[in-house]
Amino acid sequence: MAELTTYRGERSDGGGAAAPSAVGKDRTWRPAGHRRPGTLRARASWTGRGRLVAGLVGLVVLVLGAILIPWLGGLDQGAVDYTAVRQPPSLAHPFGTDAVGRDLFLRSFAGLGVSLTVAASCAVISTVIGTLYGALSGLLGGWPDRILMRAVDGVNAVPHLLLGIVIVALYRGSVPAVIASIGLTHWTTVARVVRSEVLSLRSRPYVDAAISGGASRRRVLGRHLLPAVVPPAVLSSVLILPHAVWHETALSFLGLGLPPHLASLGNILAEGRQAVLLGSWWIVVFPSALLAATTLAVAGIAAWWRDRSRPRRRSEMAL
Amino acid sequence: MSLVGSGLVGGWRRGHAVVERLDVAVEPGRVLGIAGPSGCGKSTLVRMLALLHTPWRGTVAVDGTAVPRMRYRAPAALRRRVGVVFQQPRAAADPRLTLTEILTEPLRAAGERDRAVLDARAAELSDRVGLTAELRTRRPHEVSDGQLQRACLARALAAEPDYLLCDEMTAMLDASTTAALVSVIGAEVDRGLGVLTVSHDEPLLAAWADEVLRPW
Repeated sequence: MAELTTYRGERSDGGGAAAPSAVGKDRTWRPAGHRRPGTLRARASWTGRGRLVAGLVGLVVLVLGAILIPWLGGLDQGAVDYTAVRQPPSLAHPFGTDAVGRDLFLRSFAGLGVSLTVAASCAVISTVIGTLYGALSGLLGGWPDRILMRAVDGVNAVPHLLLGIVIVALYRGSVPAVIASIGLTHWTTVARVVRSEVLSLRSRPYVDAAISGGASRRRVLGRHLLPAVVPPAVLSSVLILPHAVWHETALSFLGLGLPPHLASLGNILAEGRQAVLLGSWWIVVFPSALLAATTLAVAGIAAWWRDRSRPRRRSEMAL
Repeated sequence: MSLVGSGLVGGWRRGHAVVERLDVAVEPGRVLGIAGPSGCGKSTLVRMLALLHTPWRGTVAVDGTAVPRMRYRAPAALRRRVGVVFQQPRAAADPRLTLTEILTEPLRAAGERDRAVLDARAAELSDRVGLTAELRTRRPHEVSDGQLQRACLARALAAEPDYLLCDEMTAMLDASTTAALVSVIGAEVDRGLGVLTVSHDEPLLAAWADEVLRPW
């Protein structure tokens, strides 16, 4: 339905509930999918605003849940209840209980909070290191660029899990150690993305035009290069988010991550793996669903931002 | 007093010069045309004269001031005296900025912060090249190539350059837009702007340029 009205371009902006009477007044053609200043979008299509709204609502609900639910429910991380072992979902336990009778509803949301903290910290660390490293490499070019990128290959050559294990083993069982071990191994992806972006941007004619107009190096960097580089950098670091949770799981599974009584999505899933064989599907399904929902919400916001920050013609969208 | 390139040698790949020993002089109030087949170094020549590309040998002098060997870029004050309009407006405009922001960029780069002054200058410049106030609020992907090229011309004129280099400026444009832009530049030439125009369009060169150089 939405496709039928949007493909002609002008209808999705000027028409609809915003101002039906304005259609005759303003017939200028403009590409679809981009809001003119001062006009209301009548319909939010899935490719545009809808993704942002859905992502934001989802993320806010999940974050609030991760903060409020364990607090309101009075979660006691150390308590076990052997009278309520592996109970399926019910009114008393909406997500069921795990192998030692802990309520999964509370633990899943508490775990989401821990995992989100770990993943977000990792994403921030990787983005900052990766952006600086990649931008430096791309801007310097020539042989410094080659040396810097071979160093990245070097870091990538060591399996991330192995490097992570070494870091965590030095400071075992703490959240900062897990954050450091993931953050310090995953900036390479961001660095590569940023470097290639800078390389392609700095030879664009509009950078030349700015230089010709008297723009300083700092101005070119701040006005033209960074605004173009940050969205893909953030996007690639967003993709680290689920990956970071997985790493946290793997480290916890190996007994090197968070202590077992601390709820994290990784810990819950690692324990749930064994329970699944006994038929307790809910121990795996609900935490996984939370993880998937978080990933989708963040990816939706990121995709909206990427499209927003790089305006394109509709004909270029397909590319 | 002119923009002089003497004995220019330069290129992109070591040992493979695109421009070989070229002498060019752009005089104030005159239009110098340059014609030649594709890939012969016309754009490289424009980039060297615009102080964007360091020649391997030879010098570029702006009104008698020889441009020092550039470590990174020529001094900003010299760069601002030579304006450039590129072939593809689409590539020469930052897709994130509005046309107003694009055409006032040289003013901001020169340190102008006053909103009122910038707005007045933007209005005056876009008036000169024939852009409406509504068009100026749009971003590059919302305007046509011709409208965008007008904005690029306005940007080049914003720094009040003494010389303007047009690198195949009209290659992407239709006849009427070409005529409009040429007449805008023509008015500036009457006020003493020196123009170098690179073009494949022989009739245009014949009608517009005071002299056509065919170095290749």
